[in-house]
Amino acid sequence: MAHAGALHDEDVMLPPPGREPGAGVYNEKLGMWVFLGSEIMFFTALIGTYIILRVAHPTAWKAPGEVLAVPITAINTFLLICSSVTMVKAFAAVQDGNLSGLRKWLIATVLIGSTFVGVQVYEYRHLIEKGFVPSEGLYGSTFYTMTGFHGFHVTIGVICLIFVTWRAFQGRYSAKDYRGVEVIGLYWHFVDLVWIILFTIVYLI
Amino acid sequence: MATTIGHVEEVTLGGAEVHADTRSFVRKYIFSTDHKIIGIQFLIMSLIFLLLGGVLAMVIRWQLGFPKQPMPMGGVLPETMAPGGVVLPEFYNSLVTMHGTFMVFFAIMPLLVGVFGNYLIPLKIGAPDMAFPRINMASFWIAVPAGFLMLAGFFVEGGHAAAGWTSYAPLSERADLSGVSMGQILWCISLIVLGLSSILGSFNYITTIINMRAPGMWWFRLPLSIWSLFVTAILVLLAMPILSGAIIMLLFDQTIGTHFFGPAQGGQPLLWQHLFWFFGHPEVYILILPAMGMASDIIANGARKPIFGYTSMVLAILGIGVLGWGVWGHHMFMSGMNPTLGTQFMISTMLIAVPSAIKVFNWLGTMWMGNIRFHVPMLHAMAFVSMFTIGGLSGIFMAATPVDIYIHYTYFIVAHLHYVLFGGSLFAIFAAVTFWYPKMFGRMMSPFWGRVHFFLTFIFYNLVFFPMHNLGLHGHMRRIYDPTQYDFLKPVQPINELISISAFLLFATQLIFAVNFIVSWFKGAKAPENPWEDNGLEWTVPSPPPHGNFVTVPQVYRAPYEYSSPFVTEDFLPQNRELPEAAPSAAPHS
Amino acid sequence: MSWLLPHGASTFVGEIDWLYYLILWITGIAFVLVQVLLVWFMIRYRARPGRKATYYHGNTRFEIIWTTVTAVVVVIIGVLSAGRWNRIKGRDKVPANATPLVVHAKQFEWLVTYPGADGALGSADDFQVRSQLHLVVGQPVSVLLTSEDAIHSFFIPAFRIKQDAVPGMNIRVWFQPTEVGEYELGCAELCGLGHYRMRATVTVHSREDFDRWARDRAARAAN
Repeated sequence: MAHAGALHDEDVMLPPPGREPGAGVYNEKLGMWVFLGSEIMFFTALIGTYIILRVAHPTAWKAPGEVLAVPITAINTFLLICSSVTMVKAFAAVQDGNLSGLRKWLIATVLIGSTFVGVQVYEYRHLIEKGFVPSEGLYGSTFYTMTGFHGFHVTIGVICLIFVTWRAFQGRYSAKDYRGVEVIGLYWHFVDLVWIILFTIVYLI
Repeated sequence: MATTIGHVEEVTLGGAEVHADTRSFVRKYIFSTDHKIIGIQFLIMSLIFLLLGGVLAMVIRWQLGFPKQPMPMGGVLPETMAPGGVVLPEFYNSLVTMHGTFMVFFAIMPLLVGVFGNYLIPLKIGAPDMAFPRINMASFWIAVPAGFLMLAGFFVEGGHAAAGWTSYAPLSERADLSGVSMGQILWCISLIVLGLSSILGSFNYITTIINMRAPGMWWFRLPLSIWSLFVTAILVLLAMPILSGAIIMLLFDQTIGTHFFGPAQGGQPLLWQHLFWFFGHPEVYILILPAMGMASDIIANGARKPIFGYTSMVLAILGIGVLGWGVWGHHMFMSGMNPTLGTQFMISTMLIAVPSAIKVFNWLGTMWMGNIRFHVPMLHAMAFVSMFTIGGLSGIFMAATPVDIYIHYTYFIVAHLHYVLFGGSLFAIFAAVTFWYPKMFGRMMSPFWGRVHFFLTFIFYNLVFFPMHNLGLHGHMRRIYDPTQYDFLKPVQPINELISISAFLLFATQLIFAVNFIVSWFKGAKAPENPWEDNGLEWTVPSPPPHGNFVTVPQVYRAPYEYSSPFVTEDFLPQNRELPEAAPSAAPHS
Repeated sequence: MSWLLPHGASTFVGEIDWLYYLILWITGIAFVLVQVLLVWFMIRYRARPGRKATYYHGNTRFEIIWTTVTAVVVVIIGVLSAGRWNRIKGRDKVPANATPLVVHAKQFEWLVTYPGADGALGSADDFQVRSQLHLVVGQPVSVLLTSEDAIHSFFIPAFRIKQDAVPGMNIRVWFQPTEVGEYELGCAELCGLGHYRMRATVTVHSREDFDRWARDRAARAAN
């Protein structure tokens, strides 16, 4: 949330000035951490359901790789992890005041993130053609719900990243104010972490 | 920090927080980012839904009191609901569902969290607004379509959702079992949208309270209303997503053929119950904690005395917030889950009675040795203590698993939930609306009509809900369209009639409150800055406060309830009033 | 408008009703205490000219005392509940000599399967009756509860028993009637539009009367 014409030369990357000490970070960062708490609970509901249903009714599942394409999804997982690396690089760049580096690494993150979504969509189409649909049973129900909502969150993340990238091109971020970059970075890492968990329990077990 | 909100430039850091307001009418009152306006927007929306929920209750009570009789004015209802004014069984099931849904999600929760969370938090902690004013605006404007979606269900084929506000599967997911298809789907979508609104609000409140307290507003100087709203916001943040997840799965079962809760392909009906109540129990603490917090503020004010045991009151709020996550199975004792689990939930439920009991004792302790002013908010707050006690005590019967075998799903439960939600939450809401009305609107509500409303409400309320305990003990089940189908219920049918007549009178009495509210807005006595001689920071600014709230950042010197302090002649001492060096700010902690 | 429980006629009545009355006494005392103090304080400490409230922040000793008392009371109630609950609902507590029945709940009736003269379910002499429960006084029954469609709940107020019937689950509920008579069974979980009329009659017979009834049924079924 950058703004022109700050009347005082205070540091927006610090907590609000003149207030009782709180979390020790600026509002937007605290807000994102708190918001991610709700996201943890959301995925807990979905993943918890999956665990309960699978433990109670294991025969409804097929062995890993029998239905799902593990190799291509493994590559996709690697890509998503790479996009977290590019995000870290973008963050490091703007911290140093390297604005061209920021723009470059943000674009990389957007591209890799979009590729991840694209591959997921391609995989869905392939699975549906094969007859593996949400209504096929517990396996399909849980697979599509968990990965679908993860994909939805990644898509929202990509849209926000595009917005942040556009603002970066407008020169809105600097070494003195890179809040937007840090905050979307936090969200992006979270989405990546959820995927690592999902990939493990859905594709590998 | 300079933030641009609309056309108003705000500056903190010891400078002015309030500047000339050049916003347009739309930016000031419709798409406003001002927490006070958003709070009032939630107030209007919630009061409308409270009224609607009450209307639905009147139709329920008509059918229960006078089964299968044509209702007065029933002719306005369509044939699908009440041909000839006689309520149909399917419509009855929708009525009980929507009464609960409207009251829980669109009335009580937004009244406590959306209205008073928004209105009070920045003012009482000494902040110019919430941490994220635009997200705050979004939170309200997302709740509005959720409301419309929930209303729409009455107009679709098959009628509105009819599986109870608890929406148990498989009834809620199979149109062939419930007779309802689109209505259940709209119910689900509406609550998903509302959940987003709530979650956006919650992280805003949490960030604001953590990071934006004025200098000197230490954690243990926060008023209990703010402590309770803080813990409530954490509960909303963590519990609403569980509901969203569960409802998404229900929606998928309803629409794309997934198998989460239907046993045909290995799904589990009990899974819905576990998910729903894992959300649902923290939800009921969401519905009571802010009421408790505001009641504390008002009781200390009315008694002109510090809250008895402030630290324990804070610990009790935290205790309820934490323990509330471990009791959800007490809604499921008869569900068929393993009885050993039942014993575990019984234990955790017994324990959670303790912090609530502590609060009741401390409210009494606050009144003890006080100098009690019986202003209208105090009347409602004392009724809150009295009625909440009844609700809490009745809870012990159902926590004892063997007794719950008998009273589960009877009117004993209905009595309990209404004593805590109406006797508790709603009386606290009446207290809070009356108390903060002058700050919100710059006018006082009529004290005379406030008293009339209070006394009549108190009497009729108890006539409606107290006998429900006895109905339940007689074995009267919940959610039944026609009790006279059962021989054993015929002898208690006169009690149903008494309850229904009292309910009609109770509803009619609320018109007094509605008229008082509306008329006072235009014709009420102009309110001074601090009509209740209260210590809170909101009473140190004009009524209503300007955009940005405080001309200079307040400096807080003391705890929130320093009434009858020996260090000043008045019997109140605002948190930000500076005293000469020689006078200490508060007594040493006893 | 009584706080007394209606007359009960099963072996669970003793356990459940006793616990209920104990809790009634305890909560009744707490209720009276709180309401009396509230009203007394309203009167005694009402504002009058020239008075001031006492500047008092609390008393930790009082708080520890009443917190401990409350905790002890609820723990006692918990302990008293746990044993009773286990005796009634414990999965291993069904009497070995209980007559087996199957009750299949469906919208909007109860299909009761009796074991017939051989006393065993799943044999050729089993017979099914709609929405009528026939029992022998003093003889425990073990009901296997199932559901066709929605969740229903098997509730016989006079016997103080209730158990949800869940589709996809086989749930056992047992009880022992103690008095000959006519009682009612109702559904205690919203199950659709006919939920309010999902009623069954419960008849507790003497041994001879039950046998006569069962023979009549078998004869009519054979014709």
